[in-house]
Amino acid sequence: MSTATRTPPAPATDPAGEGPTIAVRHLLAQIGRYVFLCAVLGFFALPLLWLTTAPFDDTPTVTASLPQFTLDNFRALLDNPYALSSLRNSVYLAAGTAALVVTFAALAAYALSRVRVPGRDALLYGLLLLSSIVTGTATMVPLFELAFRLNLIDSRLGVILILSGGLLPAAIFILKDFMDSTPTSYEESARVFGASPLQIMRHIVVPLVRPGLATVGVWAVANVWGNFLVPFLLLRSPDKAPAAVIMYTLYTEGGQADLRLLSTFSLLYSLPVALMFVFVSSRYGFRFHGGIKR
Amino acid sequence: MSAITMRELTKVYPNGVRALDALDLEIADGEFFALLGPSGCGKTTLLRTIAGLEVASGGNVHIGGRNVTNLPPGKRDVAMVFQDYALFPHMTVQDNIAYPLRIKKMDRRSRGEKAAETADELGLTALLQRRPGQLSGGQQQRVALARAMACHPQVFLLDEPLSNLDARLRLEARTFLKRLQRELGVTTVFVTHDQAEALALADRIAVMEGGRIRQVGTPTEVFRRPANTFVAGFIGSTPMNLVDAEVHDGELAVAGTRLPVPDEARDRVSAGEKLVYGVRPEYLDYSPEPAPGALSGQVVVVENLGSFSLVSLDMPSGDAPATPGTSLQVVVPEGREPEPGDTGWVVPRPGRSLLYRDGELVSTAAPPAVPAARTGADAER
Amino acid sequence: MVEGARPVTGASPAPDAAGLGRARATGFLVPSMVLILLFLVVPAVWTIYLGLTNYRLTGLAAANPQIVGLDNYTRALGDERFRTSLVLTLQFVLGSAVIGQAGLGFAIAFALRDRSGPLRRVVEAFVLLSWILPSSVVAFLWIALLDRDAGTLNALLGIPGTAWLLDHPMLSIIIFNTWRGTAFSMMLYAAALENVPRSHLETARLAGASTWQQLRDVVFPRIRGHVLTNLLLISLWTFNDFAPFLITAGGPEQRSEILPVYVYKVALSGGELGFGAAISFIMLLINLVIALVYLRMLGRRKEKA
Repeated sequence: MSTATRTPPAPATDPAGEGPTIAVRHLLAQIGRYVFLCAVLGFFALPLLWLTTAPFDDTPTVTASLPQFTLDNFRALLDNPYALSSLRNSVYLAAGTAALVVTFAALAAYALSRVRVPGRDALLYGLLLLSSIVTGTATMVPLFELAFRLNLIDSRLGVILILSGGLLPAAIFILKDFMDSTPTSYEESARVFGASPLQIMRHIVVPLVRPGLATVGVWAVANVWGNFLVPFLLLRSPDKAPAAVIMYTLYTEGGQADLRLLSTFSLLYSLPVALMFVFVSSRYGFRFHGGIKR
Repeated sequence: MSAITMRELTKVYPNGVRALDALDLEIADGEFFALLGPSGCGKTTLLRTIAGLEVASGGNVHIGGRNVTNLPPGKRDVAMVFQDYALFPHMTVQDNIAYPLRIKKMDRRSRGEKAAETADELGLTALLQRRPGQLSGGQQQRVALARAMACHPQVFLLDEPLSNLDARLRLEARTFLKRLQRELGVTTVFVTHDQAEALALADRIAVMEGGRIRQVGTPTEVFRRPANTFVAGFIGSTPMNLVDAEVHDGELAVAGTRLPVPDEARDRVSAGEKLVYGVRPEYLDYSPEPAPGALSGQVVVVENLGSFSLVSLDMPSGDAPATPGTSLQVVVPEGREPEPGDTGWVVPRPGRSLLYRDGELVSTAAPPAVPAARTGADAER
Repeated sequence: MVEGARPVTGASPAPDAAGLGRARATGFLVPSMVLILLFLVVPAVWTIYLGLTNYRLTGLAAANPQIVGLDNYTRALGDERFRTSLVLTLQFVLGSAVIGQAGLGFAIAFALRDRSGPLRRVVEAFVLLSWILPSSVVAFLWIALLDRDAGTLNALLGIPGTAWLLDHPMLSIIIFNTWRGTAFSMMLYAAALENVPRSHLETARLAGASTWQQLRDVVFPRIRGHVLTNLLLISLWTFNDFAPFLITAGGPEQRSEILPVYVYKVALSGGELGFGAAISFIMLLINLVIALVYLRMLGRRKEKA
């Protein structure tokens, strides 16, 4: 762009002079673009470097460096009382929440997509907004109170229910988008053949929106897997704590952090979501389908 | 017997739009019937109301003598082929065709056999294990038809059956569809916005506008004798020429020329009356020389349409030459096309001219507002 | 309904394609609505009530909380620590969400817009990876990266001993949050850019528009809705983000104590539940104002359209 302003105004009569200018400008733009993308790549890759080297290093430091290769760290991890059980806890929480969110959100999204409920758009937007505003952070005091009164302190079910309540509005929103974009003629066609609403759900709608259900399921799992605050607030006994909480205690409690344990645990804890992401993106392509319309 | 009868059928949407306005229509058993009209005329709503996908706000629908007005779609014994075919993308062709039978609780093996049988009739055997996404448009349409046939309904409903096919395939599919309907003999109602499609396929056509039926008749009737100027303008690949006319001394003054009053209207016009004179471009003969009883004008556009050309002429308007002239289109066979700028003369063929008063055909026949429904599809044959 | 009778309630109001009917549809909605009501709406409302009491986690006021009216609010508004925290939070939102995530996200999406192949996939994969990794892992990765003595960053820059987290705590968490959240904006803008018709861009190019002019005249008007929705969501998310706690825990000397961390410290570490709830409610109000401002701008776009 700057080349355009530097071009002297005179050679308007020299059309041949334009050619190289455009080529040069194009080249500069291309170079600029590559430099920018490489910088972006560096910025995003740099912090991840440590995660790939330290777990295999027999004397890891916080510096990312070529490791003295070893798998001893993983053996040490197995001896830690909470490491593996916390991963199991994370699986419970993630699977429970995802199942609940996908089922409930699918039912609600279908109803909202196909039957006109007065003020449904306003309702949906209101809830979406509310769920963005009322995250665990702003309401941690009443959430704690509520869990206490419902006897859900130190209960995995409590964590699942609270997380589901927070995820449902967005899940309904995403799924409704999927359902809205599914032509109604499929269902009408089945209906003309005499299928009942429940048959239509089972035979037609669920298979058709399966990518949407998968998206929401993966999204819920990723959310719960990484969620720190809610289990941190509600789960008291360390044997129920999920990996997010254990990870935090590993580097904050007890003086000098055990970097061997920490790095190995980080990797193990990150791996499931990373693999899930690779699977989803290779299978469906990790994209928004023009999702947010407004 | 699977005739369809509709009485005072009305559909008002919650937003107040009157999609069907007290509509009366009879479709005979075995008839191939077209609902034709511009978009928004209510033709699709009518089809969906027959299917039961829309609930009528008033009036009733009978299929085969049975009142189905309040029956859900699955209990009406109809099959519908949707514009996008609505083939379930996650099922194979065979499962798609067998789906109606699955709903009817036929066991897996017999419905598989039945589906294969139906597929065979339509030449789809090789495609049975494919999924809809792997099929061409024409194949998809056949699968959709096979699925509709599989449950032997009393009535087929087709929503824009040819609109999703490309132009060349459309002709092929049209012939196929007409033959299939003849062979099966099932009452078939289809919706289209394409007048050529309606003329080519249907035994009878209902031309709709604004939730009402403007004319019901055989293709020949609606083409030759449109009951009103709306139908006249809608039917035909080139719309009918409609020109202002005035009755003088038992003759029509049209664009500076005197033409005879059509026979059927002769006793029904009075002197000095202002009417609209209508004649199809196909029923005008072009001549480069002056001819008796000819309208004359200047050639402005010549459109080559293959074996013939469509010639547009600007004519001086009769009384006030200052106003922009009336335009007239005429079909000229190949080899006789004029050049733009030429002066030409056109002569209406005898018996093909029509007169309209307030948009309605002036004729000796009964007023066409409530067309008598036919009792047999073979009236045309 | 009697067969043949004029259907009185006949007008089916919506394309209820599967013939679900109102009763079943309501049934489908109930489970979600119960959970949302119980764990989203009730806590929000409860915050208002708690904020008016002197409720504490332990001690006398825990057993028998008193209504203290607006005391908590006047105390909060007069509190230097709260006001500092509010300013820090706004800096955090502006720096990491509006400028960082949205700006960088758009830049990446735009740079990758008509590109496919390995470069695009690799860049996208890394950006997305930083988004989906668990926050407690990511937090430690950044602690390690920014470590004073052995951090990779200092080693790379050749300035050992720079205590990023102590000297520049706000900058650190802003960059951290930018790194962490850019993926969402990038994907949203990538989807939005695909919605800009090629012919529009080509028309502008034929008219001789520069890249910047194309952006301003063709792209932005087209994706304005996406931009606003994106800004709305990431602003709210960032405003309520607790993850910086994992890195700096608000320190040093409360110099990175954004509101969520402040509430946690006051209410759950300090045990002053009533006061914490009051601050939470102020946060909700600020969130609401942010949301309304964006929705207002969205609405104005709709009117113009």
